[in-house]
Amino acid sequence: MSGIPHDHYEPKSGFEKWLHSRLPIVALAYDTIMIPTPKNLNWMWIWGIVLAFCLVLQIATGVVLVMHYTAHVDMAFSSVEHIMRNVNGGWAMRYLHSNGASLFFVAVYAHIFRGLYYGSYKAPREVTWIIGMLIYLAMMGTAFMGYVLPWGQMSFWGATVITGLFGAIPGIGESIQTWLLGGPAVGNATLNRFLSLHYLLPFVIAALVAVHIWAFHTTGNNNPTGVEVRRGSKAEAEKDTLPFWPYFVIKDFFALAVVLTVFFAIVGFMPNYLGHPDNYIPADPLATPAHIVPEWYFLPFYAILRAFTSEVWVVQIAGFLTGGIVTAKFFGVIAMFGSILAMVLVPWLDTSSVRSGRYRPVFKWWFWLLVVDFFALMWLGAMPAEEPYATFSLIATAYWFAYFFVILPLLGVMEKPLPQPATIEEDFDAHYPPKAGDKGAAGAPAE
Amino acid sequence: MIRKLSFAALAALGLGAAPALAAGGGEQHIEDFAFSFEGPFGTYDRMQLQRGLQVFTEVCSACHGMKHLYFRNLTDPGGPELPEDQVKAYAAMFQVPDDSDEAAPGDTREGKPADHFPENTALGAPDLSVMAKARAGFHGPYGLGINQIVKGMGGPEYIASLLTGYTGEEVEQAGTLLYENHTFPGGLISMAPPLYGDDVEYADGTEATIEQESKDVAAFLMWAAEPKMMARKQMGLTSVMLLTLLSVLLYLTNKRLWAPIKRKDA
Repeated sequence: MSGIPHDHYEPKSGFEKWLHSRLPIVALAYDTIMIPTPKNLNWMWIWGIVLAFCLVLQIATGVVLVMHYTAHVDMAFSSVEHIMRNVNGGWAMRYLHSNGASLFFVAVYAHIFRGLYYGSYKAPREVTWIIGMLIYLAMMGTAFMGYVLPWGQMSFWGATVITGLFGAIPGIGESIQTWLLGGPAVGNATLNRFLSLHYLLPFVIAALVAVHIWAFHTTGNNNPTGVEVRRGSKAEAEKDTLPFWPYFVIKDFFALAVVLTVFFAIVGFMPNYLGHPDNYIPADPLATPAHIVPEWYFLPFYAILRAFTSEVWVVQIAGFLTGGIVTAKFFGVIAMFGSILAMVLVPWLDTSSVRSGRYRPVFKWWFWLLVVDFFALMWLGAMPAEEPYATFSLIATAYWFAYFFVILPLLGVMEKPLPQPATIEEDFDAHYPPKAGDKGAAGAPAE
Repeated sequence: MIRKLSFAALAALGLGAAPALAAGGGEQHIEDFAFSFEGPFGTYDRMQLQRGLQVFTEVCSACHGMKHLYFRNLTDPGGPELPEDQVKAYAAMFQVPDDSDEAAPGDTREGKPADHFPENTALGAPDLSVMAKARAGFHGPYGLGINQIVKGMGGPEYIASLLTGYTGEEVEQAGTLLYENHTFPGGLISMAPPLYGDDVEYADGTEATIEQESKDVAAFLMWAAEPKMMARKQMGLTSVMLLTLLSVLLYLTNKRLWAPIKRKDA
C-alpha cells in the first residue's frame, strides 16, 4: 500500500499463515501502524490523532445520549434536562459531547491551517486534501444538526436561518427548503430527520477518515520541509523516516494528553462557556431571539454569508447582470459556499513549485494575514449586523477570496523561494547535529 | 457604496420578524455579586439554598413553575440537603394531578417526593428550572466573552440584579403596565417587583433585605439549573490531575524514546 520502502509483515506461526492467506488483516494493521513517517514532523502534526480521538468520543457519548433522548418537539428539551438530572452520569455525557464538538473544530482548524502553511494539499496529496475537505463539510453538517436536537431557542432559529439559505436558490429554492425540512417550517419532521442524519453522518465521516488515511499512507506524510522522503531503497528511506510506532504514537499520545487536560478543565469548570445561553430557553416559534448567533466554529463563514447585502455594489452588479435572479441573500449563500470551495480548489490555485511555507518568504506574510483574517471573521460573525462591523466583514471576506484566487496564483510566479534542504535527514541533522564520530540516528552513518 | 446595513442583513436572511426582545433602551446593568459557587472550587452554600428555596416557595412559585426539578432533589448531596421527612411535608403542600387508577380527569392529590415541582401558573411567567443558565450576564453580542471567565457564569448575577434592579417607575404601554428595570433588556419588564424586603422570615435569623433575598433565590435557581455542579467540578478536578500526571509520564517516555534519535542523553 505504501510507496515508501519498508519492512512488511511476515506470518510466522501456522495460524498466522492460515489467516494471512485468507484475510491479510494483520498485515494491514502492521503496515498501517509501522508506516515510515518523516522524522522531522513538528508539533503541528499532532492534530490528526486529536481528531481521531474526537470522532470516537463523539460517537461513544452520542450513542449513550440517544438512548435517553426523545426526538419530539414537545419532549426534546425536557429529555435533555432528564439526561442532565436523572440519568446517571448523563450530565457528563452531554457536556463531553457538546464540548467535544468544539474540540473537534479546534483540532480541524489547526489541522487545515497546518496543511495550508506546509503545502500539504499539493501534488501528490490533492486527493487526501479533498477527502479532508469532505470530512470537514460532513462535520459541519453533523454539528449543525446536533445543535438543533436540544430544541432550544438557538436550535430552532439556527435551523430556520440555515435551512433558509437553501430557500435563497432562485426558482427551486423554496421546494428544496420544504423538502429538507419535511414541511413548510422547522417542526417535528425536521427534528426527527436531523436526529437520523446526525446519527448517520458520523459513520460516513468514519469511512471518509479511513480513505483519508489510506490516501496519505499511499503518498506518505508531508513534513515541515515539504521535501519528499527518498525512496530509492529501504536504507535510504530509513535515513529520512522512523516507524509510526512507537515514535509518533507516543509523541501523539503525549500531545493528546495535554490537549485533553485543557478539554476536561473546560468540561469540568465551564461547560456552558462555548454555548449560547439562549439554548436553555425552550424553542418558541413565536419569539425570535434578538441576535441569532451560530456556534463559534461557524462564525467565520456566517460573517461571510452576512457580508453581502443589497447595498454592496458587487451584489448590485450581479443582480443587474442576471436580471434580478441573484439577490443579496443568494449572493451571500454563494459567497459562503464559495469560501469553502476556495479551500477545496487550493491545490490548483497555488502555483508555487515550493511546497512548504517555510521556504516562501513572501507567502509567510500572506498566510499569517489569512490566519488573522479567519479570527477577525470569527469575531465579526458574533457581532450584530450593523456598522462598523458590516464594512469590516466585507473587507475580511474580500481578503479571504483574494488569498485563494489572486495572491496564491500570483505568488507562485512572482516569489523567489529560499533554498530548501536536499533531504529530510539534512533538515533533521541541522536541528540535532550528529556528535563527532557518532553513529547517526537509526544506525544511519552521519555525513 | 457601503452604507449603514443595520437590519438589512437580518432581513436579507429572511428574519424579518421583529425581535421579541428589542435590544437597547438604556444601559443594561448587571451587578457582579459574589457567590459561593464561583470558581473551580466553589460549592453551593447549603443554608443559602434553603433560604432561596423559601423565597422561591413563598414568592416566585405564585406564578413561576419549575417542572424539571423534583421534590426528591431537595435531599440530594450538594443541594439544600433537606431531611427526607421535611421534603415529604414540603411536597405535600402542593397539589399535583392524580395519576392513580381510580382518579377522574382533573383530580389532584398531595405531592410526593417523586413528583416534580408544579408548572407555571401565570401566563407569561417562564419556567425557572434552567433560568440561571438561560441568562448569562457577562457575555453576548455587546459583552466580552472573557468576562464570563473572569467574573463567573453570569446567570445568577443577572437574576439577582434583575430582582434588585427595579427603579420604581411604571409605564403603561398598550394597556399593559410595565415596570422600569435597569437589568432587563429594553429596560421595561412586565413582572411587578416581587420583593420588597421582609417578604419571608428566615429560620436562621438572616435579615431578609431585598438584596439578601435576591442573592439567595438566585443561588437557589443556579442549583436548580445545575444540581450536578459539585459532581462536575469534582470530575473536572480529578480528570485534570490524572491527565496532568499522564502528560508528565508521556512526556518523559517520549523524551527518552527520542533521545537516541535526537542524539541527546536520555
